[in-house]
Amino acid sequence: MAPTTPQEPGLSAVPSYEEEQSKARFDALIDQDSRVEPRDWMPEPYRKTLTRQVSQHAHSEIIGMQPEANWITRAPSLKRKSILMAKVQDEAGHGLYLYSAAETLGTSRDELNEQLLTGRAKYSSIFNYPARSWADMGAIGWLVDGAAIANQVPLCRASYGPYGRAMVRICKEESFHQRQGFEILLSLSRGTEVQKKMAQDAINRFYEPSLMMFGPPDDQSPNSQQSMAWNIKRFSNDELRQRFVGMIAEQVKVLGMTLPDPELHYDEEKKQWIHKDLNWDEFMAVIKGNGPVNSQRLERRREAHREGAWVREAASAYAAKQAQSEVA
Amino acid sequence: MSQSNNWPLWEVFVRSSRGLSHVHAGSLHAPDEQMAVRNARDLYTRRNEGVSLWVVKSSDIISSDPDEKDSFFESPQGKDYRHATYYKASEGVKHL
Repeated sequence: MAPTTPQEPGLSAVPSYEEEQSKARFDALIDQDSRVEPRDWMPEPYRKTLTRQVSQHAHSEIIGMQPEANWITRAPSLKRKSILMAKVQDEAGHGLYLYSAAETLGTSRDELNEQLLTGRAKYSSIFNYPARSWADMGAIGWLVDGAAIANQVPLCRASYGPYGRAMVRICKEESFHQRQGFEILLSLSRGTEVQKKMAQDAINRFYEPSLMMFGPPDDQSPNSQQSMAWNIKRFSNDELRQRFVGMIAEQVKVLGMTLPDPELHYDEEKKQWIHKDLNWDEFMAVIKGNGPVNSQRLERRREAHREGAWVREAASAYAAKQAQSEVA
Repeated sequence: MSQSNNWPLWEVFVRSSRGLSHVHAGSLHAPDEQMAVRNARDLYTRRNEGVSLWVVKSSDIISSDPDEKDSFFESPQGKDYRHATYYKASEGVKHL
């Protein structure tokens, strides 16, 4: 990535000849389905939308470390512990790729971090549900990471270069997450009655929240249209949700489990999956901070940041000292 | 709440295997070059993606001006004869 020099906001209200030219170049890039790169001129709303989306995505990865990190000590075997640790490391990595991409849009890392810590920034509502049992590690991997992948694969072609490149890297790594989750559930599904029940219970709790990860229905998602026009989003929320529910409806059979949705069926005439109505009031409440564990997640993040302060200070002090001795 | 670090931004280049060039992988923040290399290892080679790493301060990279791109890269335009595919008369001649 080239060093970034974000454009100054327009100084005058009337677009100059240069601005008109820049806008035409931007429009042409979008029309040709090409990529916009950090130092290109871009309209302020495009920059703003992307900064919001990419940083929320980064925050989600960072907060998303928590449900699984909580289970590392209680994972049933050394192998499962190692796998969880690798997964949590991946989430941290994904957060960092995305913060880097967000920074190329002109907002500093410290500012982005501050937005998360002060609760001004949003992150995916799914992480505000608690992970109550070991089977939840399975359901989260299979359903939550599965939904994330369905969402993220088309983002690899997002019109903003750094975002697309980060997503390519993330998608490659994410498929292990989904498989390991599915395998946890598969092991439980072949276990005792209690284990089967635990697996089914986890699926029951994560089914609806995972479908809501795709965002509100198309007719209630005002920003989608613009994001699609800018080639950031490639498919609508409902299209992606359709695709996902169709996949898990088949996969759940392999587990010998059921999805908690008596209305779920494929409508041959409409050529689409029909699922039950989702509880969007709950979704909005969770987004607004009233989910089961919103405050716990945020407090844990602040605590981790506070506890890491001395490490950051020591590293900075050491770097400053080294730099000084080089001069001397 | 969080003190500002302002750690410099580093660009990371990874050589995926011997015989290949280092390719840009992404960027990261680190207080000094040593930490930058270590963080780059943790961040960009978790799955054996590399056998060698370069990190360079982003601010040390000199790049072409994106606004100048048309004129700056204009010279090769219309010079198809720099490509082998320009030469059609010899088509069908073996090993050429």
